Amino acid sequence: MARYSVFAIARHAASWHQGWEKAWRSPEPKSEYDAIVIGGGGHGLATAYYLAKNHGIRNVAVLEKSWLGGGNTGRNTTIIRSNYLRDPSAAIYELARGLYETLSQELNFNIMFSPRGVLMLAQTEHELRAYKRTESANRAQGIATEIVSPERCREIVPILNVAGPRYPVLGGLWQARGGTARHDAVAWGYARAASDLGVDIIQGCEVTGIDRDANGVTGVQTTRGPIRTRKLCIVVAGHSGVLAEMAGFRLPVESVALQALVSEPIKPVIDCVVMANTVHGYMSQSDKGELVIGGGADGFNNYTQRGSFQHVEETVRALVETFPIISRLRMLRQWGGIVDMTGDRSPIIGPTPVPGIWINCGWGTGGFKAIPGSGWATAAMIANGEDPVAGPFGLERFREGRMIDESVAAAVAH
Amino acid sequence: MLLLTCPHCGVSAEETEFHPGGEAHLKRIGPDGDDDAFMGYLFERRNPKGVHFERWRHAFGCGKWFHLARCTVTLEVFGAYRADVHAPPAEIVERIQARRPGWTPEGEDA
Ligand SMILES: Cc1cc2nc3c(=O)[nH]c(=O)nc-3n(C[C@H](O)[C@H](O)[C@H](O)COP(=O)(O)OP(=O)(O)OC[C@H]3O[C@@H](n4cnc5c(N)ncnc54)[C@H](O)[C@@H]3O)c2cc1C
Ligand SMILES: [Zn+2]
Repeated sequence: MARYSVFAIARHAASWHQGWEKAWRSPEPKSEYDAIVIGGGGHGLATAYYLAKNHGIRNVAVLEKSWLGGGNTGRNTTIIRSNYLRDPSAAIYELARGLYETLSQELNFNIMFSPRGVLMLAQTEHELRAYKRTESANRAQGIATEIVSPERCREIVPILNVAGPRYPVLGGLWQARGGTARHDAVAWGYARAASDLGVDIIQGCEVTGIDRDANGVTGVQTTRGPIRTRKLCIVVAGHSGVLAEMAGFRLPVESVALQALVSEPIKPVIDCVVMANTVHGYMSQSDKGELVIGGGADGFNNYTQRGSFQHVEETVRALVETFPIISRLRMLRQWGGIVDMTGDRSPIIGPTPVPGIWINCGWGTGGFKAIPGSGWATAAMIANGEDPVAGPFGLERFREGRMIDESVAAAVAH
Repeated sequence: MLLLTCPHCGVSAEETEFHPGGEAHLKRIGPDGDDDAFMGYLFERRNPKGVHFERWRHAFGCGKWFHLARCTVTLEVFGAYRADVHAPPAEIVERIQARRPGWTPEGEDA
């Protein structure tokens, strides 16, 4: 793989940029791999990359039914933060946030990590108390967050309306090293680096069946023919239930639509991420100047990748209340993704009832921020059979009643 | 936006007048059930891509619960039926089969 650098750009300029090689190889699938990852979103690609990089397992394929990042990874609003309440959550989200800090250098691909700060507004007494609890938990976990006053909120975000009318801002939970990154670039960067280590990136290849014998998984049926393997990792977010059914088990997961929208581009008005969970809306500004806006998820099972109009209305109403200055902006685009929700709003990482099959899913509305840590921990679990970071997120926690409850901490958890 | 008709009061209204209540026809595990069965009842869901049976409540209307047969891929509503049954009635199954030839309730509910 030729390295990307300022010198490479200069060199290629001389030949009118006609000579750049493809970022990743797209080989025909082999008949057998040591490990197969289903799903070419961020989590699947990161898992494949760390399998190759950290554990030397390089005879690996990533099978993606459409294009890389075409699922939730390329549809999300890219909030990165690690200010969760429970210790297992803090461990995996902070591992991920830390890896994001140097990911561009590590992958030699600009993923545009921007630690611009994430401010979560407390707009009820209860929310303020909950955030104080989170701040204390974060301090014990070694994660830098702080409770800030309404005045400080206003300093950080001058366009913020702290006075109400419905829900005056009583304070905020501020994580200065939270922020955003470029979503597609995270998928592309991992794909390119994984491909360079020998991983086969295979797009347009849908898994349609899972083969097994008495000892466990033996391979997959795909739209590009059968492929054998003894190690399979399912990383398909909203389609987890469909793949689980192919393998013969059920999951504590439901798929629902979550949507986002962007405004017309305007001059810079907000240089951090603001989340207003009580009124159900959050906002940041992209480098192009569009306001990136999201809200809550639908309440019923859905595979349509569309949102519903009343949620657009609800979200926009919440944000106009929070940022009156945006009231006359026009919205440019709106889209939806199918998110995989668990009851405790924490992900599932671990072995499944079928020997040789692991699953990584349940990231729901908030898994973009976790991609590097999740891939790191999932690869370690597949390679070593166990991992301290991934361990607590196993499927068995539902039977044992050992929930990792993040649902109380954040109503709109992205 | 779904347009639903309440089988109790007959009112047709937009989705916002109703409240979704999750997968229908879950069978509660009795005192002699084991941990696995209880975990399945509490947490495991079919989450199908296609025909789905679910509970809804006419929250801002008559307030009553009912069942709905709906496709999660097209959002087509096949019909609503009363809340106190353990399986979709024959006329709902027929209506689904008219729209989804080859679909069978048994095959779906493995
Ligand atoms: C509108 C919206 C906003 C969000 N905002 C945030 C946010 O601000 N911060 C945050 O941290 N998270 C956010 N999220 C959540 C985040 O996007 C997801 O948790 C994360 O991207 C999941 O990544 P993934 O790799 O698991 O899944 P995906 O990116 O969905 O990848 C799964 C892939 O599997 C493929 N696949 C499915 N079935 C098959 C098959 N049979 N064979 C082969 N391939 C298959 C799909 O095509 C897809 O590409 C948001 C999500 C949405 C929808
Ligand atoms: Zn009614």
